[in-house]
Amino acid sequence: MSTKIFKHIQTSVVPLPIENIDTDQIIPARFLKATTREGFGNNLFRDWRFDNDGNPKEDFVLNEPKYSGKILVAGKNFGCGSSREHAAWAIADYGFDAVVSSFFADIFKGNALNNGLLPVQVSDDFLKRIFEVVDADPHTVIEIDLVDQFIKIVATGEQESFEVNPYKKACMTNGYDDIDYILSKKELVVEFEGRG
Amino acid sequence: MGQTLFDKIWDAHVVSSNEGFPDILYIDTHFIHEVTSPQAFDGLRLRGLPVFRPQQTVATADHNVPTWDQHLPIKEELSRYQVDMLTKNCAEFGIELYGLGHPFQGIVHVIGPELGITRPGSTYVCGDSHTSTHGAFGAIAFGIGTSQVEQVMATQCLLQSRPKRMKIEVNGKLQKGVGAKDIILYIIAQISAAGGTGYAVEYAGDTIRSLSMEGRMTICNMSIEMGARCGLIAPDETTINYVKGREFAPKGEEWDKAVAYWQTLYSDEDADFDSVLSFKAEDIEPMITYGTNPGMGIGVTQHVPETASFEQKEQGSYKKALNYMGLHDDQQLLGKPIDYVFIGSCTNSRIEDLREVAQFVKGKHKADNVIVWVVPGSKQVQEQAIREGLDKIFDAAGFPLREPGCSACLGMNEDKIPAGKYCVSTSNRNFEGRQGPNSRTFLASPLTAAASAITGVVTDIREFLKEEELV
Repeated sequence: MSTKIFKHIQTSVVPLPIENIDTDQIIPARFLKATTREGFGNNLFRDWRFDNDGNPKEDFVLNEPKYSGKILVAGKNFGCGSSREHAAWAIADYGFDAVVSSFFADIFKGNALNNGLLPVQVSDDFLKRIFEVVDADPHTVIEIDLVDQFIKIVATGEQESFEVNPYKKACMTNGYDDIDYILSKKELVVEFEGRG
Repeated sequence: MGQTLFDKIWDAHVVSSNEGFPDILYIDTHFIHEVTSPQAFDGLRLRGLPVFRPQQTVATADHNVPTWDQHLPIKEELSRYQVDMLTKNCAEFGIELYGLGHPFQGIVHVIGPELGITRPGSTYVCGDSHTSTHGAFGAIAFGIGTSQVEQVMATQCLLQSRPKRMKIEVNGKLQKGVGAKDIILYIIAQISAAGGTGYAVEYAGDTIRSLSMEGRMTICNMSIEMGARCGLIAPDETTINYVKGREFAPKGEEWDKAVAYWQTLYSDEDADFDSVLSFKAEDIEPMITYGTNPGMGIGVTQHVPETASFEQKEQGSYKKALNYMGLHDDQQLLGKPIDYVFIGSCTNSRIEDLREVAQFVKGKHKADNVIVWVVPGSKQVQEQAIREGLDKIFDAAGFPLREPGCSACLGMNEDKIPAGKYCVSTSNRNFEGRQGPNSRTFLASPLTAAASAITGVVTDIREFLKEEELV
């Protein structure tokens, strides 16, 4: 089955300069009861974004009109904690195509890649620069190119290359799916089982 | 060059390895539960695929279940729907389900080991990050997302890149009152909540070796809390004796053959690790966390760090955490009044945990300001506890023994800690809102939790043990 294709984006960003953002913040467990993949974006960062009565908290970035865009920029160790793929679904469902951080938790990174949401790991210094530039101008545009593997602050020209697993890159730029790949090797799986 | 334990098991499960691609890794057993499986079953339906090896798939309901009056229908509609959906999916795809009311029901990481499904040298995955627990048997076990759950259902394999290898050694004699939970909270406090990211961690050293299987499971369980892909401990006599005779453990000739293989599972003397860390057991105090990730832990007598002791760029996140917890720089937690004590979760809900707590609370009673929940990890643990009369000891102490489930570990089922309240919890995560919106969690060992329930404040278990020795 094909998945979402990602090659290149150029957009303003939403800055969230907090470290160790865990998947319970991204989507609290009480919102994991849906049995489909849709609709999780409504509860993205639920307890940071809304008060107990469901009113938006004005000082949270997703509620600040000056910030918008398809890239979420967050502090280091983003996505730590639970393996819930609902975290990646919530971020993608809200409308983000990429998350930028100086460090990602392992399982979150895999889940994001499996959902066409690109995790872009940058250096501490570059992350700091993005936060500075966006703080000075909330409309700052960032370019992310998966094909040539670079991220760029368009206005200043500052850029950095980023790593991505070549197989996952091929999947994302072509819309391939892991299951199709393993199914294409199914005879090897059966042969492995026969080895005892 | 010798091989690590991790590499021996990994290599024995590689179906296909191609340059530039992740390995195709064979999965011996896939555990599933109600929360992270429904979308995977839907995916199979869309593709028109069956579950490839249903007999290697084991299901239970744990995250959403109530831990009181389990014989009644689940009150929360969405929880009930999700649990019902698991029942329907398992029936449709031919998967054995240990659901509510089944004698084997329980937290997925408690039932696998106790049923003898978890064994040395095998590979396990589950759509739950605490799958690392099963590594305590000398196995490769890790949490996966729902797309991967679908992948394993469809192929019994997982595309996976080999992680780096880390060895963490703990040697020496533990102080009285210090246990496995304190060891792992200490390690995470030393290396941070991201210190193990990208690694498979093997725990070694004589302190680790001296632990029971329950203690080893507590350690491996929290590997994910330092970001590690998985944790594992080489199997030995303790492991073999634990597995022997269990429901699904190999029997007769199969058993002898299995044991012979398990005895080859250790890291060779000259095995190459990407990182090696070493800690002294004597340095470990009873531990408690003060912040909003499991790396924010201190010895129970120590003070909360000063904001100024962190780098500038980290200070904002640190202040946010202390503010959430209602704490301040340099505060000592010892003596701080608490509201709840939760003894349970896949980290600390096994029979040994309950025995340890019961032995300590026998003849004591909880403080008036504290509500205590003791939640067994499985139906089998609950029944064993009752057979041993632990339930009566708990009742007399004001520690009601509830029914099995994930309970107050994750704020998903009925068991939630109210906003603003402090809970000393034997679970694994102290994230904001983890135990319920705006709840505040102090992670600790079962003994520290029990002692704090008795006094009503954060307590150093060693003080109690000293007094008891004098009596």
